[in-house]
Amino acid sequence: MTVLGFGIGRIRWNWLAALVVLLAALPLVSETNTPTLLAIWALFALSLALMWGYAGIISFGHAAYFGLGAYTYAIASFNIGESTAPVLLALAVPALVAAVIGAMMFYGRISDVYLGVMTLLVTLILNRFMNATAGDAYRIGNARLGGFNGIPAFPTLNVPGEPDIEIYGTAYYYVVIVCLLAAYLIARWILTSAFGRALIGIRENEQRMELLGYDVAAYKTAIFAMGGAMAGLAGCLFANWAEIVTPSVFSLGQTAEVLIWVIVGGLGTLVGPMLAAVVLGSLKLALGHQTVIDNSLVLGAILILVVLLIPRGFAPSFVVWRRRFAQSQVHRRQARGTRRRHVALQETKQ
Amino acid sequence: MDFAAIIVLEILYMIAFLALISAGLAIVFGMMRVINLAHGEFVMLGGYATIAAAKAGINIYFAMLVISPIVVGLIGLVVERLIVRFLYGRMIDVMLATWGLSLLLIGLVTLIFGNTAVSVPAPIPGYQIGHYQMGGYNLFVIAVAVVLMCGMWFALRYTRVGLVARGTMQGREIVAALGYNPNTIYMLTFTVGAALSGLAGGVMAPLTGLLPSAGGAYIAKAFITVITGGAAVIAGTLSTAALLGAVDQLVSFASTPVVGEIAMLGLALILLRLMPQGVTGQFFRNST
Repeated sequence: MTVLGFGIGRIRWNWLAALVVLLAALPLVSETNTPTLLAIWALFALSLALMWGYAGIISFGHAAYFGLGAYTYAIASFNIGESTAPVLLALAVPALVAAVIGAMMFYGRISDVYLGVMTLLVTLILNRFMNATAGDAYRIGNARLGGFNGIPAFPTLNVPGEPDIEIYGTAYYYVVIVCLLAAYLIARWILTSAFGRALIGIRENEQRMELLGYDVAAYKTAIFAMGGAMAGLAGCLFANWAEIVTPSVFSLGQTAEVLIWVIVGGLGTLVGPMLAAVVLGSLKLALGHQTVIDNSLVLGAILILVVLLIPRGFAPSFVVWRRRFAQSQVHRRQARGTRRRHVALQETKQ
Repeated sequence: MDFAAIIVLEILYMIAFLALISAGLAIVFGMMRVINLAHGEFVMLGGYATIAAAKAGINIYFAMLVISPIVVGLIGLVVERLIVRFLYGRMIDVMLATWGLSLLLIGLVTLIFGNTAVSVPAPIPGYQIGHYQMGGYNLFVIAVAVVLMCGMWFALRYTRVGLVARGTMQGREIVAALGYNPNTIYMLTFTVGAALSGLAGGVMAPLTGLLPSAGGAYIAKAFITVITGGAAVIAGTLSTAALLGAVDQLVSFASTPVVGEIAMLGLALILLRLMPQGVTGQFFRNST
């Protein structure tokens, strides 16, 4: 592995355990509304980090699957009522759409820049369409799509099998955290499997993998669909958090944000983008409380600076810095050791 | 009969509109393989320059045809020197950096002009075809687009600068070996591209009210026109502008403008899938 240069590594179980304890204890000291949203954003970032960082598939329209997850949940929960099936649908529909679009692109051997354009187009089409669905003509079963105003007041998440017991507040925070951790572990598991290794091989050298007999297009389509499903889950959780879905889930801004989280966090890591989502998400929420500095001004400046100065993103650069620092420590110790030996030698000579 | 005339005029206007807003992007993409995602914001800045100048009492035609291109061209020059020149040859990174630039410019304009719509009245009154009222200014837009396309074609085909430009498109190493500094060529190209975006923004300003986020309305259309057009600047832009513009307007007349726009985006998606190198990668290979 050369270009991005980082293996998957092993999970630091002690760190993970500490994080779980920390997250579990969080509701004791703070409100859970904001942490829930940040965790959802982290899940969204994770879905793109998996696709882009490890399979090298750049999607400029990742918001499409986020939005599809949100809309699917809202529409299905209006029609079904009990929330278990809608959640599963919110995973399946984006995955299916992603699989179809992915197959269309990868079997057509579309190169990465055009891939970006096409995924962007899909998001734009969905955004325009959902904005135009005002009025009674646009309804799916009991759910009115509602155009620009979106779908409000759909039944939110309930305990599976018990439609009357809704999950909200702190309980919902725990649901989101469990989803996030499960998604992270699944992503790790995917990457350490033979399938994941093949993906990394494709990222490094597509032609070589093809000549080795791997069906590159099938692998890419599969990971594209998985990324779509994960983004769909994030969208579904977001819909339950916001209790309304509007066409803004398909907006360019949404797509730009998740791209920025991943590139700032770093390609080829999973933790980096998740951390970036939490940090930049908090920054966005903080900027939302004042009116002097516009949010997009700050985001834009961050994106430009990161692309120019640390194109690898923070997490991989941090690993490099740490390695370099450790190396310099070793050198210094060696140098000191040599000097000491030298002095000792001089002394014995005298 | 009147209705047919109106449809033809509307289609012509749509084609002119697409050609106009894509010209700047097409030059930069065709020559430098740089996809400038801040293009929509350049157009938006051109619009603001025209409106600000017109409000200051300057003749509106002078504002849109001279001031806007100069202002946005200078902004483009600064952007090229500060950001883009470090990223040549890294297509994805350029896209990301210019996306960041687009967000930055939106934020900046919001800071300066506020998040409210500004507008300037169209300087040409409407006219009547049968029972239908038509915007007279649309004819001016068509005229500007025709002059611009002819001017670009002439400049690329028959001038020394155009020769160097076409040479750069075909083989930058050769042009460099013949003694032209690629750095200077790229800098000038990006500046000219930005100036053309500014011109488009200025010309379109009287037709649409301007918001800081107005660039988003242009970028998608300009983007698909250029990318599906492929590398040849004029043939590519014109052929896809004609195709996409006609489809958009015909479907819009048959149903609603939103469906028209969706049809246009869908067609671009299919075109890209069938011809990943763009229309001019498939047809009109040796054209400019």
